[in-house]
Amino acid sequence: MADPASTTPPSGDNRPALALHVPEPRSRPGDPVDFSDVDIGEAGAQPRPDEGAKPDEMKDLAYGLIRVLGEDDKAHGPWDPKLDPETLRTMLGHMALVRAFDERMFRGQRQGKTSFYMKCTGEEATSVAASMALASDDMVFPSYRQQGILIARGYPLIEMINQIYSNKGDKLKGRQLPIMYSSREHSFFSISGNLATQTPQAVGWAMASAIKGDSRIAATWVGEGSTAEGDFHSACTFATVYNAPVILNVINNQWAISSFSGFAGAERTTFAARALGYGLAGLRVDGNDALACYAAQAWAANRARANKGPTLIEYFTYRAEGHSTSDDPSGYRSAQEREEWPLGDPIMRLKKHLIAIGEWDEERHAAMDLECAERVKATTKEAEKNGILGHGLHHPFHTMFEDVFEELPWHLKEQAQQATRERQIKWPDHHPMDEAGK
Amino acid sequence: MSAEASTQAAVEATAERRINMIEAINEALDIMLTRDPDVIVMGEDVGYFGGVFRCTAGLQEKHGKTRVFDTPISECGIIGVAVGMGAYGLRPVPEIQFADYIYPGLDQLISEAARLRYRSATEYIAPMTVRSPFGGGIFGGQTHSQSPESIFTHVSGLKTVIPSTPYDAKGLLISCIEDNDPVIFFEPKRIYNGPFSGYYDKPVEPWKKHDASIVPEGYYKIPLGKARTVREGEALTILAYGTMVHVAESVCREKGVDAEILDLRTLVPLDIEAIEASVKKTGRCLIVHEATRTSGFGAELSALVTERCFYHLEAPVERVTGFDTPYPHSLEWAYFPGPVRIGEAIDKILKD
Repeated sequence: MADPASTTPPSGDNRPALALHVPEPRSRPGDPVDFSDVDIGEAGAQPRPDEGAKPDEMKDLAYGLIRVLGEDDKAHGPWDPKLDPETLRTMLGHMALVRAFDERMFRGQRQGKTSFYMKCTGEEATSVAASMALASDDMVFPSYRQQGILIARGYPLIEMINQIYSNKGDKLKGRQLPIMYSSREHSFFSISGNLATQTPQAVGWAMASAIKGDSRIAATWVGEGSTAEGDFHSACTFATVYNAPVILNVINNQWAISSFSGFAGAERTTFAARALGYGLAGLRVDGNDALACYAAQAWAANRARANKGPTLIEYFTYRAEGHSTSDDPSGYRSAQEREEWPLGDPIMRLKKHLIAIGEWDEERHAAMDLECAERVKATTKEAEKNGILGHGLHHPFHTMFEDVFEELPWHLKEQAQQATRERQIKWPDHHPMDEAGK
Repeated sequence: MSAEASTQAAVEATAERRINMIEAINEALDIMLTRDPDVIVMGEDVGYFGGVFRCTAGLQEKHGKTRVFDTPISECGIIGVAVGMGAYGLRPVPEIQFADYIYPGLDQLISEAARLRYRSATEYIAPMTVRSPFGGGIFGGQTHSQSPESIFTHVSGLKTVIPSTPYDAKGLLISCIEDNDPVIFFEPKRIYNGPFSGYYDKPVEPWKKHDASIVPEGYYKIPLGKARTVREGEALTILAYGTMVHVAESVCREKGVDAEILDLRTLVPLDIEAIEASVKKTGRCLIVHEATRTSGFGAELSALVTERCFYHLEAPVERVTGFDTPYPHSLEWAYFPGPVRIGEAIDKILKD
């Protein structure tokens, strides 16, 4: 293509020809990787304002990076949440369990036990540590990579696997794509699959809680790529207009399937900086630093609970694996990125910190990993008794027509009868003609 | 007291009180805000000002700013927060200022509100009633005149309700607000102030001259999924809803045609029994709507009637609709399916 600057514009005049910028990531497959332009700052360097601070009094926090865990594996600075060792070990245990679970489920998909899976490798802190800073009845509106919240809230693994297998034990009756969990009991909203729709919903829930004078707040998680959706803009607008008690968590893992964060605007500014235009508090956090994730979420939760306003938190992290089991990142990015990524692995960093403060050791860590793997394996076997996808042990056919409406209208009754008839024609021995099918 | 008995008592207690459709809608909202502390009303200009069509006038003053309030100009946001409010346990009644503005909220309606009960296996529901004025005949141009009902009737999990009188508007709206499924409640704005004969060049007849403006003051419900027989007849069945009920009625009166007119009132779930019974009786069926023709709700009605009543039909099912163009500003009466278009279709169907 000709250099636009040297060609005559189609308008035929002598004004300079315009040029379209199409973002390009730092490296493609086989390229060397250089993260030297990424300024991660020093752990402990960022100030921690009062939770009631005005957004424009703390705007530097939307451009810097809040970090607690330093190169020396110690906790530094005012954002250190000063958690007791038992809580830190619990946090580490949840994160390790998430990773073990992801490994097993990914393999299960490859073995044909289900259609789809999504890992959160490298991003465990953004869901586990952040949600541990909330009360257990604060309502969360997650995206699809926050399995860590369910695990941190004690949701039974077997329910997760039943859902992933869409089997007869699946509480969602096999209706949803794997990992699109829902658990009202755990204040965990039904995951959509459409992107960013949960963000105004979280704001609405928070508004409702405020209308009722309740004390529970809401938090939502959204990927950096999905912040380009109009829903996110609506969420920020409604959050600021009504001073809603809500936390908007943006997980900047730098990749939206094959599109790098530049396609959501990351070449020009940070995602946390979007907060400032709305008058929201904005925090930019090292998403691979579990203590920083916890501290930022706790700050925002205190702020929301005191009616001081909503917060937008960007967690700067890295999607260490593919988008999903349907994705192969070697087709669009350099494999070196994961190695060179400067903020490391959140589990390793928390482990080293616990060891550095004398509250953990390699033997205990190895034992914990083994226990996580065994627990997931045993639970998987248990769940498989309820069936795996495509092997018949699903919910009965008539459930397909239930819950479209509270009551079954005539047209769905007719269609349900048709579905029954079709099965009787296809498998006459297994589905004897009954009244419903005639 | 049963629902029917209480309705009857309310009717008897308030003989001859006549109000228009705007006042009827306002009363329904007022009653539900009073009866149910979980009901909230929100939308663009609905708070202090009371709505551009005045449907929410006085409600903020009476029920407070946290129950009735203005929203940002964001239909996606309005529907999105309503989904979240429903998940909390509220019963939001958002207003979309014009049906033409509803499109930015479609993803929240189609993929979220309509699917929440199903995808969460009843853990979460979206019990919201989205009110919105729709239809033309007010010189609103292409962005204040559309009838997009068939977009919503095509979505599994949504109910679509359209009143044609003050009495129905109040009773249907109360049913919608109490319903645990998301409902699209389209208000035919051409007939907010009076029924419409189809002759735009004649003076508007106010609702007060029409018996359907006799509306009880208190709470009553009209069940969803039940059509209303506007007039009984033998010559043909006319299926209509909203403004077109009145236009069709006036054409039949003018031509002296003994039509049976059904006001569908609820498009989903549809009163198929009433439709079947009427068409099997008359043997002829005309469908009238203001929306564009191709893939309009009339296509669904035509298919259903043909599938279910074919051997009773003495003439092909006819559709009278708006044309497949945007709603033109200066030529809106050429677009509108008025008396000439309806009259011609009636003549054809009776001749066959």
